[in-house]
Amino acid sequence: MMIQLRFDVKSIRKPTLARTIIETGVLLNIIKAGVEARRGEIIIEVDDKRAEEVMRKFREYGVDTSKIERVVEKDDELCVHCGACLSVCPVEVFTMSEERKVAAEPKKCTRCGVCIDVCPFSALSLPG
Amino acid sequence: MKTVDDINRKIERGDVNVVTAIEMKEIISELGTDKASEEVDVVTTGTFGAMCSSGAFLNFGHADPPIKMKRVWLNDVEAYTGIAAVDAYLGATQLSESISNYGGAHVLEDLIRGKEIQLKADGYVTDCYPRKEIATEIGLEDLNQATMVNPRNSYQRYNAAANSSGRALHTYMSALLPNLGNVTYAGVGSLSPLNNDPEYRTIGIGTRIFLGGAKGYVMGEGTQHSPPFGTLMVKGDLKEMSTEWIRAAFFPGYGSTLFVGIGAAIPILDAEMAKATGIRDEEIVVNIIDFGVQRRDKPVVRKANYAELKSGKIEINGEEVRVSPLSSYYNAKKIAEELVGMVKTGEFLLSAPVGKIPQKAVTKSLRHGVKEVKSVMCNAIIISGDTSIQEASRLMVENNATHLPVTGEGDVLLGIVTSWDIAKVVANGENGDVSKIMTKKVVTSMPGETVDIVAKKMEQYGISALPVIDSKRVIGLITSEEVSKALMEARK
Repeated sequence: MMIQLRFDVKSIRKPTLARTIIETGVLLNIIKAGVEARRGEIIIEVDDKRAEEVMRKFREYGVDTSKIERVVEKDDELCVHCGACLSVCPVEVFTMSEERKVAAEPKKCTRCGVCIDVCPFSALSLPG
Repeated sequence: MKTVDDINRKIERGDVNVVTAIEMKEIISELGTDKASEEVDVVTTGTFGAMCSSGAFLNFGHADPPIKMKRVWLNDVEAYTGIAAVDAYLGATQLSESISNYGGAHVLEDLIRGKEIQLKADGYVTDCYPRKEIATEIGLEDLNQATMVNPRNSYQRYNAAANSSGRALHTYMSALLPNLGNVTYAGVGSLSPLNNDPEYRTIGIGTRIFLGGAKGYVMGEGTQHSPPFGTLMVKGDLKEMSTEWIRAAFFPGYGSTLFVGIGAAIPILDAEMAKATGIRDEEIVVNIIDFGVQRRDKPVVRKANYAELKSGKIEINGEEVRVSPLSSYYNAKKIAEELVGMVKTGEFLLSAPVGKIPQKAVTKSLRHGVKEVKSVMCNAIIISGDTSIQEASRLMVENNATHLPVTGEGDVLLGIVTSWDIAKVVANGENGDVSKIMTKKVVTSMPGETVDIVAKKMEQYGISALPVIDSKRVIGLITSEEVSKALMEARK
């Protein structure tokens, strides 16, 4: 599962991420990280079963957490299975199926938005 | 030996054996070409991809009082109307003047979908055509003729694309990620019509084909036809087409284009034809070319065959790079399968070409004056990093130079100092070495780059001079002065 972490001016100065990993013993995969002087935003991937526990720990340290649930949507009416999206997605949401149709695995999506502009048929969108 | 007539008689009798090119490859590996040529009468092929060189001739009918159109727009996409009074050619890549991400391709798709289109025209005023302008709405059924005529379609094979530059490029080959981050390719390889008839024995002038869901015809070789990168010029009736097989597309940063579905039914006249349709993806080789170099002749990154490209991953410089197809193999296969059905039911009869398309042709380039950096650049006044600011400013005044490249051992570029940098430190009353004040991230040029590209870089980065680099060494400097002089001369 993908979780979005928002750090404020206080939590950004502390080694919150390292502390959470050590204290929960959960392996986190950092998908995207943007750290500025007064705030930060990190997207992590964790095992679905441990997600609640990890989120609780981050919240204890003053980090705003939210599950990424509204991910990329593909309109199958518009998609012609050209595959332009395949090589640009940083987390490989899109794959070519056995019958050469473009399949999406939105669970992996981090809402980066790169694919949206690449689709020649405007078949991809990020809701809300 | 069979003739096209023999096969058409079989189709009419209902005992024709027709398979797709995909099935044919298996049949050949099982039976061999001789046996396969006796068993199989027709092999169907298909392709579905971006075909920019597409459009349609439209005849609007006459208004009252009549108009001789001088300029005409459909949903604000301009069509060419220098042909009689109310004929126009609408090209797929022409962009709308008011609707974003919309072009001629979208007008064509909207017409097929049955949508009403805004027609606007200005007229010449003549005694026989007194009307000055017109604005109305039209649909496909209102047009007398809507004939798709595509000057260059159905590329036999097409070079793949990558990008070695440091920024993402938006091209007609879709988004190319920086530092060779991905590869894109077009075409469907061994399923594509011309690859199954590489000597153009059965696909030629007059050959009946599947075009956008309708029956269409080959008019001849397409523009830029250069075997084995063969192309076709095709025509068909837009009124009979379907949006399943004609789709408008928009590549951000490039513009609009039309995805066209084309299929050919190839008569298996003899063992030679059977052998031709046995072609495999591994045998179809193209270059992956580097769009990072903005020239006509782009360097080749490596060669690759369609089997490698279709696998989705390819190795470049020891690293695995992901590959995007841009044509839809899924739709191409559906076209080949649809054609099987159409031939079996007798709906689609084969036609022998009435003339051949050339087996040899070379595509020439446009002749024009190209100024390269090496012919216009000036000498660079090169300094080392430990030059004092005082000394640098003296060199600038003495040589009438505003930019001094800073180099290390072997004239390797380390940075650049401009007169503005000097002005800033003088204003602040500072002093020291140029290494302290130089800009380290320098935009550079190459001796073989054209002056147009340099002008584009100057505009993009807001700079007025670029050091010219040849195998890491600074060999000169090109400033806005040389660029404007060269561009002025080119205009004369």
